[in-house]
Amino acid sequence: MKSTWSRRHVLGLEDLSAAEITTILDEAARFKEMARHGEARHSLLKGVTICNLFFEPSTRTKTSFNLAARRLGADTVDFTAAASSLSKGETFIDTARNIEAMGVDHMVVRHSTSGTPFLLTKHLGTGVVNAGDGTHEHPTQGLLDLFTIREQRGRIEGLTVALVGDILHSRVARSNIWGLKKLGAKVIVCGPATLIPAEIRKLGVEVSYRLDEILEQTDVINLLRIQFERQRGAFFPSIYEYAQFYGMTSERIARAKSDVLILAPGPINRGVELTPDVADGPHSVILDQVTNGLFVRMATLYLMQLAREQALTSP
Amino acid sequence: MATMLIQGGRVIDPANQLDQLLNLVIENGAIAEITTGNPRTDEVIMAQGMIVSPGLVDLHVALRDPGGEEDEGTASGTKAALAGGFTTIAALPDTNPVVDNRASAEFVILQAERAGYCRVVPLGAITRNHQGEELADLGQLAAGGAGGFTDANRAVQSAEIMRRALEYARMLNRPIFAVPQDATLSAGGLMHEGYFSTVLGLRGIPAAAEEIMVGRDIALAELTGGHVHLMNISTRNSVEELKRAKGMGIRVTADVTPHHLAMTDASLVNYDTNLKVLPPLRSQEHVDALMEGLRDGTIDSISSDHRPFASEKKSREFDQVPFGVSSIETALAVVATVLVDGGLLDWPDLLRLLTVNPAKILGIDAGTLDIGRPADLALIDPAAHWIVDTRQFYSRGHNTPFQGKTLRSRVMMTIVGGEVRFSRQ
Repeated sequence: MKSTWSRRHVLGLEDLSAAEITTILDEAARFKEMARHGEARHSLLKGVTICNLFFEPSTRTKTSFNLAARRLGADTVDFTAAASSLSKGETFIDTARNIEAMGVDHMVVRHSTSGTPFLLTKHLGTGVVNAGDGTHEHPTQGLLDLFTIREQRGRIEGLTVALVGDILHSRVARSNIWGLKKLGAKVIVCGPATLIPAEIRKLGVEVSYRLDEILEQTDVINLLRIQFERQRGAFFPSIYEYAQFYGMTSERIARAKSDVLILAPGPINRGVELTPDVADGPHSVILDQVTNGLFVRMATLYLMQLAREQALTSP
Repeated sequence: MATMLIQGGRVIDPANQLDQLLNLVIENGAIAEITTGNPRTDEVIMAQGMIVSPGLVDLHVALRDPGGEEDEGTASGTKAALAGGFTTIAALPDTNPVVDNRASAEFVILQAERAGYCRVVPLGAITRNHQGEELADLGQLAAGGAGGFTDANRAVQSAEIMRRALEYARMLNRPIFAVPQDATLSAGGLMHEGYFSTVLGLRGIPAAAEEIMVGRDIALAELTGGHVHLMNISTRNSVEELKRAKGMGIRVTADVTPHHLAMTDASLVNYDTNLKVLPPLRSQEHVDALMEGLRDGTIDSISSDHRPFASEKKSREFDQVPFGVSSIETALAVVATVLVDGGLLDWPDLLRLLTVNPAKILGIDAGTLDIGRPADLALIDPAAHWIVDTRQFYSRGHNTPFQGKTLRSRVMMTIVGGEVRFSRQ
């Protein structure tokens, strides 16, 4: 199984094959199963140092990665830097190199600029895992969404998954699209036309502007957060109007498939993307996603370390 | 009387429809004779296998002097120009301070004379400090030697200001150079808006951001009778608009850069910050349209649009790095590789775009091998293959996407006013 894995970096689901994605999901399932049997802590990454290098604020993802590393027995160190400004000063590459020089094996990198984790791999000898870069990818979020869907439904292939909301600014959407398509799902992106990026259909997805029209055919609805901080100017007339057209309410749940799954990458804006009764209702797997995030990140870090050891021992 | 013979080269002078193996005689710094004969001279340069071209003319080059000496300087930039075969370049005014007054224009000329490499024509600002609000001292800039006016990458957003600039510049018989770009549509944009901007998560600049301004500037050229020169055009509709306007006799010209011809937005998949340029690298359909525009003569000229930056400025996050490529030393080789090797143009057609055409746009007497004019020449080895290595650049800017690439044809010698100012070992 592990022979299908040789990557030292996890930068996006675009790069991964279906087999590689499945390897991570299977490893994560194994960790979850062990945890269920009381075996939550491991020493697989004993002596390994993992740095959370966050250039953008994050609570959930950072905590999840931290916990994942510790559950594997790794040492962790946090470095939170202000995203670089136009002023002269240390570049993000210098920052990362300095941390690497302290003896770090893997970097968990979050940055507000797309492509930054990729650029770091060119300058660092450590493994790099992308914890979200700009509006590009957030691979572990994509993986935990896949994991949650697979866990709930037993499969990904053949399901119809709708990604609803701000596709344009969403790294979660991109990671989901790549992962879901590779594993054989049908993907519909749904949102106001202003938040659907150019030529998105070339990724093999369908586009809808009306949530009400796709409700009956979707098995999974992933409600992306409206990212107020990434918006410039007006992408839609008002929050009120957005919630009217794209908010998930119990009325819409009633018109959806009876077993529809509601996912949300969070942090959610209650009353915007979804109403509180939906968020806390029986279709919601939002908290399962958070739980699964831990195991997916454990699997990712573990596989990266295996690849690192292989690279160090092979000539 | 010092004389020099350039012997046995393929002499190409697009302005005079000349393309023949001939000997070129220089006397007192001027072209004295182009002949099949072998006159006795003080000095002989063997040019067998070489193309002997008029020195190349570049319409917009950033020398960064003063205020950006970490990126370039007049000496390094003009030496780099010589290494690229350019004997006359027009210097962009987006220095610090901006060239928006006569003294600044004269400083550009003074610095070029001090450096003693290639000829430099200053471009003056259209608006004071490139703010887009009030006209710079256009008349005094012209008196100080400015060959045209531009706000460089900052397209003048006010149609009213652009109109006045065109009217005033027409009176001065100077062109207005514009990078057509609507600021509201391009704000925050990092690359061409399309499939790859979606995949990479980089904010897009739609082709329409350029096309809107191309349309506006053509309308204003028609209204005023002024000459607008569109820099770095990059989209299919820009080419079509240009063709239409030229057909109507409107005074509009345009150029393209080598990198917009050689690469598409697909090349950004590695987030190479050296590919961040303005306008952005476009998709293949746009590149094909640019090629066709060059072939049918709609596009007048090729400019390197040399924009050197110190390495620390390009080794930041993609959204933080400035736009531009250090391109003057690779410009000819890139377009020769793409256009001549690619079978689209022959050498005389290509050199026309790099010599007499840009000289005409700038209204200067250059870019030809007319008898009696100063001997500004480039000797090009069209068969050379070489690998781009920024360690060998004369420019301080090493920001090139062509690093490590193999290119065809190389400038071997550059002569300014009959003097060998650059010779490759």
